[in-house]
Amino acid sequence: MIPAEFDYVAPATVDEAVRALAAGGEDAKVMAGGQSLIPVLRMRLAVPTVVVDLSGLTELTGVHDDGDSLRIGAMTTHYEVQRDPLVREHARLLRLATDTVADPQVRHRGTFGGSLAHADPAGDLLAPALALDAVMVCVGPSGTREVPAAEFFVDYFTTALAPDELLTHVKVPKLTGWGAHYEKFNRVAQAWSIVGVAAALRVSGGRIADARVGLTNMGPTPVRARGVEEALIGQPATAESITSAATRAAEGADPPSDGNADAEYRSHLARVLTERAVTAAVSA
Amino acid sequence: MTATVEPEVGKARRRKEDARLITGATRWTDNLQLTGMLHMALLRSPVAHARITSIDVTEAVKMPGVLVVLTGQDLAAEQGSLPCAWPITEDMLAPPAPSLAVDRVNFAGEAVALVVARSAAEAHDALSLIDVDYEDLPVVLDLESAIADDADLVHPDLGSNKSATWVFDSADAGTGSDVDQTIADAEVVVERTFRQQRLIPAFMEPRSVVVDPSPDSVTMWSATQVPHILRWMLAAVLGIPEQQIRVIAPDVGGGFGGKLQVTPEEVLTLLVARRLGKPVKWTESRTESMLSAHHGRDQLQRITISARRDGTVTGLKVDLLADMGAYLRLVSPGVPILGAFMFNAIYKFPAYRFTCTNVFTTKVPTDAYRGAGRPEATFAIERIMDELAAELGVDPLELRERNWIKHDEFPFTTVAGLTYDSGNYEAATARAKELFGYEALRAEQAERRANGDPVQLGIGISTYTEMCGLAPSRVLGALRYAAGGWEHAAIRMLPTGKVELITGTSPHGQGHVTAWSQIVADRLGVPFEDVEVLHGDTRVAHRGMDSYGSRSLAVGGVAVVLAADKVLAKARTVAAHLMEVAEDDVEFTAGTFSVRGTSTTMALGDVVVAAHVAHNLPDGVEPGLDAEATFDPENFSYPHGTHLCATEVDTQTGAVKIRSYVCVDDVGKVVNPLIVEGQVHGGLAQGIAQALYEEAVHDESGTLTTATLADYLVPSAVDLPHFTTDRTETPATSNPLGVKGVGEAGTIASTPAVVNSIVDAVRHMGVSEVEMPCTPMRVWKAIHRRGDGVPTTPGAGGGLGSLDSRSAEERGGAE
Ligand SMILES: Cc1cc2nc3c(=O)[nH]c(=O)nc-3n(C[C@H](O)[C@H](O)[C@H](O)COP(=O)(O)OP(=O)(O)OC[C@H]3O[C@@H](n4cnc5c(N)ncnc54)[C@H](O)[C@@H]3O)c2cc1C
Repeated sequence: MIPAEFDYVAPATVDEAVRALAAGGEDAKVMAGGQSLIPVLRMRLAVPTVVVDLSGLTELTGVHDDGDSLRIGAMTTHYEVQRDPLVREHARLLRLATDTVADPQVRHRGTFGGSLAHADPAGDLLAPALALDAVMVCVGPSGTREVPAAEFFVDYFTTALAPDELLTHVKVPKLTGWGAHYEKFNRVAQAWSIVGVAAALRVSGGRIADARVGLTNMGPTPVRARGVEEALIGQPATAESITSAATRAAEGADPPSDGNADAEYRSHLARVLTERAVTAAVSA
Repeated sequence: MTATVEPEVGKARRRKEDARLITGATRWTDNLQLTGMLHMALLRSPVAHARITSIDVTEAVKMPGVLVVLTGQDLAAEQGSLPCAWPITEDMLAPPAPSLAVDRVNFAGEAVALVVARSAAEAHDALSLIDVDYEDLPVVLDLESAIADDADLVHPDLGSNKSATWVFDSADAGTGSDVDQTIADAEVVVERTFRQQRLIPAFMEPRSVVVDPSPDSVTMWSATQVPHILRWMLAAVLGIPEQQIRVIAPDVGGGFGGKLQVTPEEVLTLLVARRLGKPVKWTESRTESMLSAHHGRDQLQRITISARRDGTVTGLKVDLLADMGAYLRLVSPGVPILGAFMFNAIYKFPAYRFTCTNVFTTKVPTDAYRGAGRPEATFAIERIMDELAAELGVDPLELRERNWIKHDEFPFTTVAGLTYDSGNYEAATARAKELFGYEALRAEQAERRANGDPVQLGIGISTYTEMCGLAPSRVLGALRYAAGGWEHAAIRMLPTGKVELITGTSPHGQGHVTAWSQIVADRLGVPFEDVEVLHGDTRVAHRGMDSYGSRSLAVGGVAVVLAADKVLAKARTVAAHLMEVAEDDVEFTAGTFSVRGTSTTMALGDVVVAAHVAHNLPDGVEPGLDAEATFDPENFSYPHGTHLCATEVDTQTGAVKIRSYVCVDDVGKVVNPLIVEGQVHGGLAQGIAQALYEEAVHDESGTLTTATLADYLVPSAVDLPHFTTDRTETPATSNPLGVKGVGEAGTIASTPAVVNSIVDAVRHMGVSEVEMPCTPMRVWKAIHRRGDGVPTTPGAGGGLGSLDSRSAEERGGAE
């Protein structure tokens, strides 16, 4: 299909981008990798009058070491995240989840920031961002503010970003030496998650010292499985304690129903996949 | 001219046409650019059933670049009714089928207005300014409720949603006994209902049409499988003199039956091009294709099988409801009927009755899709054989062996009245079992069951046959099909010794150019490279019945042989004359005529020149060696084979993983093993897709919710297992090449093999059926018996992710 007509702006700096967005008002749209935006335009589900293309903003690419955390540019592609040595060392969960996103073509174009800003609850990077307590750096006409992941995801396709704000960076606290696993369940290889479970664990002396568990597509926003985390922390890293903790996976979730899965089945999957994800993270 | 030493037939030649197709150095219909060409876009109904109360085009007409906006009212007098060539019964109900809806719409996606503009973008922009008022009518979606007495009617004028009921009864036909009596007397009876979900052919190249009108002729390029049928039907529907219509199918990117059609879009493009006196192009988007091009399958099958306790089958009763959708397209009514002859499959049933009722619903029309009638039949019989085996407590493979036709019983006339000429089910099955490691897998299965392994193993069997080589014209006549089943070929011997072969088949991905070249090379003793194959243009290939139903080689390929033999017969006469000997003394091998018992020879190339210049020909012999032939088969051909599938079912999630897939097919003589392998792989992918992935889903308002490739799940290579393929070769006796056809075998055989394996894996958990596609949720619910309340909105997919499921409703009728 053919998108409706729009003006195209390609700013060279964040400042220019923010100004272009402000000038465009409500009808302006940011384009990162275009992997979600272009289909939406082609289906004419969105009809912006201005598209602000961020692909010239080299200042927004790459992964930087910020001491206790990593600072990942919003325009860093999935492919770059997958291969980055800092991510591999300090945020393995993110790398493992990114490995499951779409196919190589999409991973070469799609961006980390675009995925988070798009806020599709079936997207695979939201739950890891939530579980890792990532912080979003947002820049608008009135300056820069930092929004923790738990407040960033507001609803289906809705974030705390104002229409004239850009997501520029994501701060991801380092979890060096933690075990991690992302368990994705889908029907064909290139599809989004029906349910996904992101788990990161620190095991010390045979006991689970710390645990982070996030769920994909179990509600309008990514879900933090606090009940599972609580049940795991302090327990021996054994099959029994994991199985028992996993039964709490769907607590507080509000799973959708669609042709692939109804809410009951999703809740069941969340429990099974949590058990698998945590088990894998313990041995990883 | 050099003689070919090694026979070409049997060589795994890479396809001649592939370099062109793969590098894009080719011409798809949408690539055509004609001077002054305009573009058409269609507005499609977002609702499934409604009266059109008004259409306001005033704003759309004012849009930049727009030349004309037309509605069904504007074209009512000239558009005629789209053809249905297969009135299966004398009293079949058939509604008029306008290309552009006039006052009612009967499915979501039906075209209601068109725009012609200078660019495709301008045409699409204008669509959103056409204002249509619909007055909703009740939708008719479910087959069983559609035939209830108080059902809402799709076409009230017809008085019923039942289009026709077609019956074959072995007692009436004299091919067997009475099935009701047999079932009443039976020791064991098993009855099951299977649902053949609706599928979308999903050919890779979306449909596209270009029409160039001139005052005295019309040229249409179309991404079609059937240029010859299309030309004939355009003449019939629109009253254009046939000699003034030229149809060209350029390179066509797949069809799978989905392009075996005379479409509304072809008619409309022609009408507007003629009206404006300018070339016009129409090309669809993927979503438009899924909403409006015909769908396939969609049957409800009630199957009853009876047997003796010792496992000998005694009777088979088939009751079908087949969803036609809103209209009868080219061969819609006949598709389920093609299955009538295949339910009994390779087994010796003494009694058989097949009853099929074709039903109208407010959905996209159904028509041919890879296998057309035979996959449905094969699925039902192979599934019920497994159910019977379970009931009897015997190994499903043993049950099949006990009942199939033995290799020394051919030719064998079946209870459906067909005569299978040849086959060897024992050989194919033995080979498949060996490649599969049948006994070891059964042992592993038992072990996993005993251990209560969360991942259970299942083995699925499909010992299929099918009928190819459509078709003996007399048989088609008896089935009330409007056309014949012959095929035509012509050979032009060029003065330099090169060959142009003209075929009436219309390849759209099958590799005819390569295979036909191999046949001609052997027959005439010319190099493979010296043969050019021409097809798909009705002014070049003037006679043909086109490509579908695995007919091209078994019918069209034989016509090629007959035409080559005519060339040789005449060449022999000329050669004998030139060598001054009697014709009986002339032999032909590898491109050279020789005189028996002498060293005198003459190359075919020299005979060609002599015939061309005609300086010295026998009296009464016309110059040139060109020849043509038409072949009308005496019988169908019957490929068969044994497919074995092992799946692992994760009982905790319901996920199904195919662990190994072995198929041993017998497609008769093989012209090109590489092409056969490709057809088998693609066929398996499509058959497995029906078992596990694909389904056209409508919500309760009749909106297709799977109208993108993000939610209509066509599997890719990573989703499919490694295929272990092998062949046995029992030549067909019904044609001189000994070939049977391979275009549909993989699709026909694989679906039941996969589903049987899933049921086999979890049968001990109380599962005897999982509806297709066997999604993880369906499998999990079957195991845990949680009913089957499957919602109709699709899941997250593609670049649209969850947006897709949220927008499906709005998108229903989008262009
Ligand atoms: C075939 C296919 C399969 C896919 N499968 C998966 C999958 O399995 N899992 C998965 O997680 N994802 C999947 N995706 C989505 C993919 O990860 C995309 O990369 C992602 O959704 C969007 O990233 P993008 O850079 O392309 O953003 P774009 O498409 O350019 O933008 C998406 C949205 O975010 C906004 N936006 C983008 N960047 C910013 C920014 N810096 N500041 C403010 N707003 C911004 C845009 O305005 C737009 O609304 C798939 C996509 C496709 C096409």
